[in-house]
Amino acid sequence: QVSAALKEGRVTPTELCQQCLSLIKSTKFLNAYITIAEETALKQAEASEERYKRGQPLGILDGIPIAVKDNFNTAGIETTCASNMLRGYISPYNATVVQKLLDQGAVLLGKTNLDEFAMGSGSTDGVFGPVRNPWSYSRQYKEKSVPKSHSEDKESNWVITGGSSGGSAAAVSSFTCFAALGSDTGGSTRNPAAHCGVVGLKPTYGLISRHGLIPLVNSMDVPGILTRCVDDAAVVLGSLAGHDPKDSTTIQDNFKPFELPNLTDVSKLSIGIPKEYRAPGLSGEILTLWSKAADLFQNAGAKVVEVSLPHTRYSIVCYHVLCTAEVASNMARFDGLEYGHRSDMNESTESMYAATRREGFNDVVRGRILSGNYFLLKQNYEKYFVKAQKVRRLIANDFVKVFRSGVDVLLTPTTLSDAAPYKEFIKEDNRTRSAQNDILTQAANMAGLPAINVPTALSERGLPVGLQFIGRSFQEQQLLTVAKWFEKQVQFPMIQLEEIKRHYHDVFQHEKSASFS
Amino acid sequence: QKVSVEVLDHLEHLALVDFRDSEGVERLQKAIEFADQLHEVNTDGVEPLDSVLEDRCLYLREDDVTEGNCTKELLENAREKVEEYFVAPPGNIPLPKLEERDTFLQGS
Repeated sequence: QVSAALKEGRVTPTELCQQCLSLIKSTKFLNAYITIAEETALKQAEASEERYKRGQPLGILDGIPIAVKDNFNTAGIETTCASNMLRGYISPYNATVVQKLLDQGAVLLGKTNLDEFAMGSGSTDGVFGPVRNPWSYSRQYKEKSVPKSHSEDKESNWVITGGSSGGSAAAVSSFTCFAALGSDTGGSTRNPAAHCGVVGLKPTYGLISRHGLIPLVNSMDVPGILTRCVDDAAVVLGSLAGHDPKDSTTIQDNFKPFELPNLTDVSKLSIGIPKEYRAPGLSGEILTLWSKAADLFQNAGAKVVEVSLPHTRYSIVCYHVLCTAEVASNMARFDGLEYGHRSDMNESTESMYAATRREGFNDVVRGRILSGNYFLLKQNYEKYFVKAQKVRRLIANDFVKVFRSGVDVLLTPTTLSDAAPYKEFIKEDNRTRSAQNDILTQAANMAGLPAINVPTALSERGLPVGLQFIGRSFQEQQLLTVAKWFEKQVQFPMIQLEEIKRHYHDVFQHEKSASFS
Repeated sequence: QKVSVEVLDHLEHLALVDFRDSEGVERLQKAIEFADQLHEVNTDGVEPLDSVLEDRCLYLREDDVTEGNCTKELLENAREKVEEYFVAPPGNIPLPKLEERDTFLQGS
């Protein structure tokens, strides 16, 4: 809708950009952004305005403000991965996905906050502090929360965004941008999407280039897309997908961007409900919602079947081993010599490296590096690493069997519960929390399948809850079509945030201008 | 079984990262216990999976130079450099042994 407004001249790219920048300033307490590229954003907006004046916009994304997670390289803009190791590191190049968005005329507002090096499920473990879920300040949440005492202000009751792409999710959810890039290795895009009430798409592994995305687990990482509606996600996907010679893990097949049809007849669809996803700890609320969703499809004429993915519960253990092993390898590049933090210790190369890494990494990162190295020791290699790779194949095969049996799309919950208050969340350590929260999203990364979180309803506490659809490899069109149908059925409410109302009052008259397509 | 100090020391050497305190060591212990659950799964006759794209051919491009000449940009991010070199401290000095290192493990 915003794109149409830009085309018709009802609003200009610079106005839009300035609105977003000022809204970012008003919502600073969310801590969603690490770096705000105000000057370059305004320049990009001005260039876009010129193009619209000439009647030659580059496409739907021309002039649309976007945000990018801070583990993507952005030329000339600091890229930190929320770590001391990369503080002050100014990327010399743009990640392919960033370049593609800029080539389409998108306006890059800034870099968003995350867990350090994307390790975590709360966006609480970065050096710039935790990200606050915008819904903590929404009327919907405040109405449902009972203040314990008059002096306990809303400051202490805020809930987390989920992670690790929490900053991006918060940015989209609070209307400071129209789309954001995240990354998804174990659920890092879908988890915060569910907690923040936005659409979070994890594309098939190999569809979108990882060139410029600072790697965590090379065999599972993908760039993730966060938007306020499924149609927007399809538009962004259309501009990002496709082979990249700079990333040899992208497939060579030709990708044709698609527009999503408005599905009305779901009778030919087969929805699978994996029974193992009724995981321990799944809240009653979400279980009910999941059930209702299944009924929704069934009542509309779709075939809804229970299926089994027997190795689901080992997915998280498998991930733990493979992730730490790949992390141990990927983090080895941070030695202070060529970029990033460098310690003053100068006695020997090894001691300099050790000191640099001691100073640069936080506990979570160091912990994973050490665990990874343990699993890769000669005496442990077969027992842990290779074993995990074998289990990975079993997990991937589970999915193959289910899809081969005629199921088109799987429907599962995305998270175990709605967003937890920060005070509660930090009571357990990062690994425990990740193990708990990644359980429903992780397997899709193991198998490389596309998956999407669609915001479904508000919980009893007034916080968003989402459901996840998992599709077949490279069948994003089918996946998104189903997701769009579902989105239309559930009519997820818009966040009621004071700051947004104040800012967008003049530009948009009605509430529905949440999307750009 | 707890991990021996020799292995812990070995890991610190390999990773060039320190455990820092008993919490760090505990973290490793718990990680191993967690990973041990893998042994419950029967993987006889299963091949390890390296990549989900294993059924496809790896992309090979022509051996043409398409980029480079960015010495200046690359050097900008390094702290210590001389002309077009990254400067590193002397390399043939190994990390001090456990007894001589300032590490938490010394006390164990």
